[in-house]
Amino acid sequence: MSNFLNFIKDNKEKTFFIFILFWLLVIAQIETYSQLTTSGTFAATMRLAIPILLAGLGGIFSERSGVVNIGLEGMMIMGTWFGAWAAWLYGPWWGVAAGIFGGLIFGLIHAIATVSFQVDHIVSGVAINILAAGTARFFSVVAYANESQGGATQSPRISGEISSFSLPFLSGGTFLGNETIDLLRNLEDLNLFFISDISGLLGGLTRDISYLSFIALSLVPICMWVLWSTPFGLQLRSVGEFPVGSESLGINVYLMKYIGVTLSGAFSGLAGAYLVIESSGIYRENQTGGRGFIALASVIFGNWRPTGVLMGSGLFGYADALQLRSEESVHGLLLLISIVLLALSIYLLFNKKSRNGAISLLMAFGFGIWFLNSTSVPNEFVYFTPHITTLVVLSFASQRLRMPKSVGQPYKKGEGG
Amino acid sequence: MKIYLKILSFFTPVIALAISFGLTTFILIMIDRDPVETFTLMFDYGTTGKSIVSILNRSIPLYISAVAVAVGFKMGMFNIGVEGQYILGALIAAQVGAVLILPRPLHVLTIFIVAAVVSGIWAGISGYLKVKKGVHEVISTIMLNYIGAGIVAYLLANVFFEKDENNSLKVPQTNYLLESGQLPPLNNILGIEDLPNLNSFIVGAVFVGIFYYWLVWKTSLGFDLRATGLNPVAAKFSGADPNKLIVLAMLISGGIAGLVGMSNLVGYFHRYTIDFPTGLGFAGITVALLGRNHPVGMALGALLISFLERSSQILDLNNIPKEIERIMQGIVILVVVVSYEVVRRYILTQEVKLASRMVDKDE
Repeated sequence: MSNFLNFIKDNKEKTFFIFILFWLLVIAQIETYSQLTTSGTFAATMRLAIPILLAGLGGIFSERSGVVNIGLEGMMIMGTWFGAWAAWLYGPWWGVAAGIFGGLIFGLIHAIATVSFQVDHIVSGVAINILAAGTARFFSVVAYANESQGGATQSPRISGEISSFSLPFLSGGTFLGNETIDLLRNLEDLNLFFISDISGLLGGLTRDISYLSFIALSLVPICMWVLWSTPFGLQLRSVGEFPVGSESLGINVYLMKYIGVTLSGAFSGLAGAYLVIESSGIYRENQTGGRGFIALASVIFGNWRPTGVLMGSGLFGYADALQLRSEESVHGLLLLISIVLLALSIYLLFNKKSRNGAISLLMAFGFGIWFLNSTSVPNEFVYFTPHITTLVVLSFASQRLRMPKSVGQPYKKGEGG
Repeated sequence: MKIYLKILSFFTPVIALAISFGLTTFILIMIDRDPVETFTLMFDYGTTGKSIVSILNRSIPLYISAVAVAVGFKMGMFNIGVEGQYILGALIAAQVGAVLILPRPLHVLTIFIVAAVVSGIWAGISGYLKVKKGVHEVISTIMLNYIGAGIVAYLLANVFFEKDENNSLKVPQTNYLLESGQLPPLNNILGIEDLPNLNSFIVGAVFVGIFYYWLVWKTSLGFDLRATGLNPVAAKFSGADPNKLIVLAMLISGGIAGLVGMSNLVGYFHRYTIDFPTGLGFAGITVALLGRNHPVGMALGALLISFLERSSQILDLNNIPKEIERIMQGIVILVVVVSYEVVRRYILTQEVKLASRMVDKDE
């Protein structure tokens, strides 16, 4: 017993995390909220998380080389536009290539402005976003004005899609040309506590995976390897920490920053292309919906690491998937929030932080009353679930993060003398 | 500073605009349109009497939005959330104004104050999160934009809606302001009855500009703001409390942002509807950058952007996509920030050279 208590004391955050997951599972057992853990929800989570993940990985390259990139959103917009345009004309894989290219060009512009001309990173990023929105609108008018389904704000539907696969035996994929059983689906249908929920999670992540999703997910370990296990990665990170020192060791600081920022554009472009090709099948204005900004936020609270970004984008993807798939299950989250706040207030009151404890207790009751007196959360609130999640998570995480030391500071060649 | 450096600094915007026009010309040639014809059309249409009134009306919210952004910029903070702040402020003010019955000056004034307070509080959240939780204001203001837009949509659909004649359908708009809450146009006073209505809140915009100048350059608070923006460490040692300043700057910036929607509310729509213009917050960032946070520079910037927006309307009739204006805005802002930075650095190095030469002479 004392071992258990000590574990909790030493791993407060982990305990808190497990506590939340446990109650999520409990609530998911209620019939109305069963969508919280179905394979369908998790499949949607993955589809919605990947654009944020990709842009976030790009953001890591940029920020690790010392350049803040708030232009991720604009680069993503270029990815959606070019991705849809090329996919419409030549097919989805060309769309992927063109999306990457579109983002890359805008990444390059950001690099020229911030590295060569030392413009303030945020100012340049804001300018990139405005330029990208204008460019996309203008290109749409030029390219789609005479097309029957297209126009100033949207493209015609793209043709063809990227093929997908399922794991054999586990989620019903083919093995040597034969259909196999869908073990995870069967387990999920049993409705057993925990086992069915986990099967839902694994099933959602392994059933009907498009090759593009697979490539996107495999970029996480690749990025980790590049950034932490290659000389190039070391050089890139050193530039973001201590450019003067890097230069004295013969590293080309400008080149590293250029590569970092341009790569971030390419990743964001891929994110945009993914959004078009895998999610909507069409380019629409404002389709990115702030996902570039959310990606930047996930870079920050992912502590500038690919695994952190993976977790962050998963969280946002989940929030997004719930709001798209089932409003009832979002209602279940109110109960979850209420329970978590109640637990938090008890913890705070025990530690003699009476003011915060009281606030937390009050909020717990507030959410509880809201939960009991309603059957659904208004649509408009559901729509900003990912954004409010960002704010809440950042408010809890910000103080424990360690950013690259010289991120955001302009650097001029030869500054160290 | 040497006189030629001063001239250079003064003319930087002109150089930047010339480059932007060059790039736009290039794009027009790429899509096979005549650039000279395009610019002539725009200029001719943009300088008619009707257009000038429209341009002035458009500049009012743009300018106020730019000032709101500039207050933050002056102390090195980025309030990218003007967008969410002003729509929330305008909606609440519209509702309060529709319910209240007050004599005219008081009624209008109450509407302004409500808008400023609501927007100020919304911006203040970002300040609080930065000071207490270490959340960067860029992220928090952007997220609050989306949250604000969601709240406005919710309130319009569920709380402040108007019933139609049959009392059955909900129309997502607030009730009209009473006449005492409306501002009449300036046309009668100026004797331009034959032109479209000139929004009288233009006077408000001028006051906002003067207030901004007074606050930032004439008060000790403004001095602290600027000092913190230029050198946070030095400012701290001179006794400025950065945490207090961050929250104050966000409150003031948000308060000004609340006035962005006022020309449209009290002077044009007289209610909050789904047609209420959005995007002014982001346009304000463009204008603030264009005008280098200078009260007069930003006024010119607002007029320029409004001119581009208005004059491009004619282009579609002549088979030139009017969206060229959108790309122009983007090019202008990017070229402007790059050239300002280049010139700033050039002047800095020249000054250092001059100074070192003077030191050499002394020795």
